[in-house]
Amino acid sequence: MMMNGSIRDIHESEGRLAELELYLHIPFCVKKCAYCDFLSAPADESVRAGYVEALKGEIRRQKALGADRKVTSVFIGGGTPSILEGTQTAELLESVYDSFRIDTHAEITIECNPGTLTKDKLSCYRRQGVNRLSIGLQSTDNRELKMLGRIHTYEEFLESFLLARETGFGNLNVDLMSALPGQTRESWQKTLKQVLALKPEHISAYSLIIEEGTPFYDRFGPGAGEEYLLPDEDTERQMYYDARDMLKAEGYERYEISNYARPGFACRHNLGYWERREYLGLGLGASSLIGGVRYQNHGKLSAYLAGDYSHEEVQRLTRKEIQEETMFLGLRKTEGVPLTEELSKIYKEVFPRLERQGLLLRENGRVRLTDLGIDVSNYVLAEFL
Amino acid sequence: MASMDQSKIRNFCIIAHIDHGKSTLADRIIEMTGLLTSREMQAQVLDNMDLERERGITIKAQAVRTVYKADNGEEYIFNLIDTPGHVDFNYEVSRSLAACDGAILVVDAAQGIEAQTLANVYLALDHDLDVLPVINKIDLPSAEPQRVIDEIEDVIGIEAQDAPQISAKTGQNVRDVLEAIVTRIPAPAGDAQAPLKALIFDSVYDSYKGVIVFCRIKEGTVKRGTPVRMMATGAEADVVEVGYFGAGQFIPCEELSAGMVGYLTASIKNVKDTRVGDTITSRENPCAEPLPGYKKVLPMVYCGMYPADGAKYPDLRDALEKLQLNDASLQFEPETSIALGFGFRCGFLGLLHLEIIQERLEREYGLDLVTTAPGVIYKVHRTNGEVIELTNPSNLPDPAEIEYMEEPMVSAEIMVTTEFIGAIMELCQERRGIYLGMEYMEETRALLKYELPLNEIIYDFFDALKSRSRGYASFDYDMKGYVQAELVKLDILINKEEVDALSFIVHSSTAYERGRKMCEKLKEEIPRHLFEIPIQAAVGSKIIARETVKAMRKDVLAKCYGGDITRKKKLLEKQKEGKKRMRQIGNVEIPQKAFMSVLKLDDR
Repeated sequence: MMMNGSIRDIHESEGRLAELELYLHIPFCVKKCAYCDFLSAPADESVRAGYVEALKGEIRRQKALGADRKVTSVFIGGGTPSILEGTQTAELLESVYDSFRIDTHAEITIECNPGTLTKDKLSCYRRQGVNRLSIGLQSTDNRELKMLGRIHTYEEFLESFLLARETGFGNLNVDLMSALPGQTRESWQKTLKQVLALKPEHISAYSLIIEEGTPFYDRFGPGAGEEYLLPDEDTERQMYYDARDMLKAEGYERYEISNYARPGFACRHNLGYWERREYLGLGLGASSLIGGVRYQNHGKLSAYLAGDYSHEEVQRLTRKEIQEETMFLGLRKTEGVPLTEELSKIYKEVFPRLERQGLLLRENGRVRLTDLGIDVSNYVLAEFL
Repeated sequence: MASMDQSKIRNFCIIAHIDHGKSTLADRIIEMTGLLTSREMQAQVLDNMDLERERGITIKAQAVRTVYKADNGEEYIFNLIDTPGHVDFNYEVSRSLAACDGAILVVDAAQGIEAQTLANVYLALDHDLDVLPVINKIDLPSAEPQRVIDEIEDVIGIEAQDAPQISAKTGQNVRDVLEAIVTRIPAPAGDAQAPLKALIFDSVYDSYKGVIVFCRIKEGTVKRGTPVRMMATGAEADVVEVGYFGAGQFIPCEELSAGMVGYLTASIKNVKDTRVGDTITSRENPCAEPLPGYKKVLPMVYCGMYPADGAKYPDLRDALEKLQLNDASLQFEPETSIALGFGFRCGFLGLLHLEIIQERLEREYGLDLVTTAPGVIYKVHRTNGEVIELTNPSNLPDPAEIEYMEEPMVSAEIMVTTEFIGAIMELCQERRGIYLGMEYMEETRALLKYELPLNEIIYDFFDALKSRSRGYASFDYDMKGYVQAELVKLDILINKEEVDALSFIVHSSTAYERGRKMCEKLKEEIPRHLFEIPIQAAVGSKIIARETVKAMRKDVLAKCYGGDITRKKKLLEKQKEGKKRMRQIGNVEIPQKAFMSVLKLDDR
């Protein structure tokens, strides 16, 4: 009786803790991909080692924040986090475990690129509690991979994927990309088929965005010479539908605009962003949402290495901004947003208008995008701002 | 101050083709001379304490008075009268010239005579002004002063061998110009004791003093208390203050007498009462005849101006009223458009004038405007004998009630290097020009003369001219009367709905072409919607062109994770902002600039 009671006490006190998602940014890669606009670049070993030390320092500094929160997910993203030595990753996770309270069911993901994984590294991840890998593949077509500026072939990916399974990883994500220059529906379908045969638990299928400031923008951006190589809009949408339909047939549920998972394998960490749970971003240029404030770490590597952990673009959200975010983030999820009285009131004109246009649906106490609404989601989401 | 010795006054203006250095030379002259005579200097020190005088009203520096100590040891008063440099303001230019006794003709030593040079010289000669040629920009490597001097003598027929060769930029030889002003520009004449006869060459509105009238005293004397009458408008007032023009400020003086240039104020409330070109006389001792050349300037180009936000209609009206205080040639009257709501049909001297007003409304009054395509005034002869002056295409009567229509014509002079003659003639042909003749200026340059419909040149003619001559052609025109023409109203339907604000009048021979281009242009301007939008051009009930804005198929952010949220939100906000600036017509949202599309039907 006594013992049960004390266990329950512990559970109850745990239950009262706010949930926190942790993000660790590793801004290094072997070589920058031609479409990438993330904060990442190649760097030599000593810089990477210095960065790990600095990042550990930042983790320790944020210990106080963890006092009344429990971490429900850790995501080590990049860049290519798997470029780090297994021991470096282990040190980072050790610091996290030392400074934060980690939920027993926490999802701990590391992003990897084929070509940077070894058996030892993977075993090391396992030992350190990593329970999910997100592997960047993008395409199974080696010509497409080369054009994207990827460092690996499909075969190298296969090797990494199978190695991960061998090491005992039971939750694997594969990143794919459609609407690539020169890509056809056939080659896209082939990519999907080949990846489905591997039965990953999770697939992210993104339609390529040509971001300003990337080599791709100069080649394929508006008015650039090779824009014509991009699939036209109808083909692009068709590719998107192909992913949706082929994955559905294999038991993957689309739970967000670009994310698909077998039941129970939706990415807890990423759901946090769309559900507006608190997240703490650690590392160069990482973003956070803590206590109703959005902010971003600065992006100057040399300063960061010297222990400068200052923030920029600190934005305290107003009530209105929180409502707007609830809608424009929450509607990315296929299940949509619970219809509170407040939302129904604020958007009492927007909802019916978008419903009439067939873009939105209100049912069972929730509001969500229709398939048409997903296709033109920017148009819809902008209505809530 | 005692009556000024007329022989020590020089009233002149500077005329030039655009970019030949008119403003630079003016600045140089002001810099190298003083603002006060040594005698005035002492008197002025005390007067200057007056706050009102110090307030210095910075307006368009229409005239400035400087003092030059010449080589002969005498002090001369220079009144430099600035002339607007654009064909829209030709009448103002002619009145400014009428206030002068001579003109400095600035010609670029590299480019030589251009169309505006000629037009301005002829205008100056028409006013019996002595023209003093000055060769500018001799510091340019490509300068050929002797060639330009010969050209001036050959083409214009004025003596130019001893023309000062200067660089207004560096100041080189500018003193030669100052001396030449003294020796070559005649002193004014006129009897200070005769009845008052003063020419108004400009006026500005000041909220403290009322209208400030810029004038040249031709005969007689005016001072504080003189009861005056404007001979054309009939407006009467008693002079409160007279003075002359400092640099950017008004400097009061005792009196203005024959030969002087200056200003007067008389608690006049509206520039409409003091029209440019009118003659001021004394009510006590009026002159017999007004000065010649007065005419009431009328707008040539009309367009609709609407506030982007309908609630700002009263603000737009107030702003237009304020601008009109200072600009008698601006006209406006309320109108209503189905597409754009309440606004004003505004009349302007030309497209530049329109653009200036539009910019001032937007910048100085913070108004966000939707402007419809500018058009000229057509004369519509109805079957019942009535003649309508049509300024808004929407008011065109039913074709069955129209006997015939007339459009305004201009006679244009285009100066062009010989290699581009073909291209320019082709352009004039396309714009329904009637070839009148060609004169060779020298071996490599010719002056083309055309009669052109005004509505063919108000939009993009100048741009087209420049692009087809690689910038070498220059252009000037004069109004010629009206001629009968086959004109039709081109209507635009968006998503099957006629948009009245997009209708315009075209010649029937170009209707098809214009309609097609208009549809193409609108297709670019109108963003895609969730549904397909047909854009049609029609004459009467006949559709003559069609384009389709395809339905939006896709507008998705593939990724939105922790680091993307703030940036992506800004992106969506921008999208939303863009939408706010659109006009809803039926189900279709049309960007404001689409209403100016007709201006951008540039052909090449």
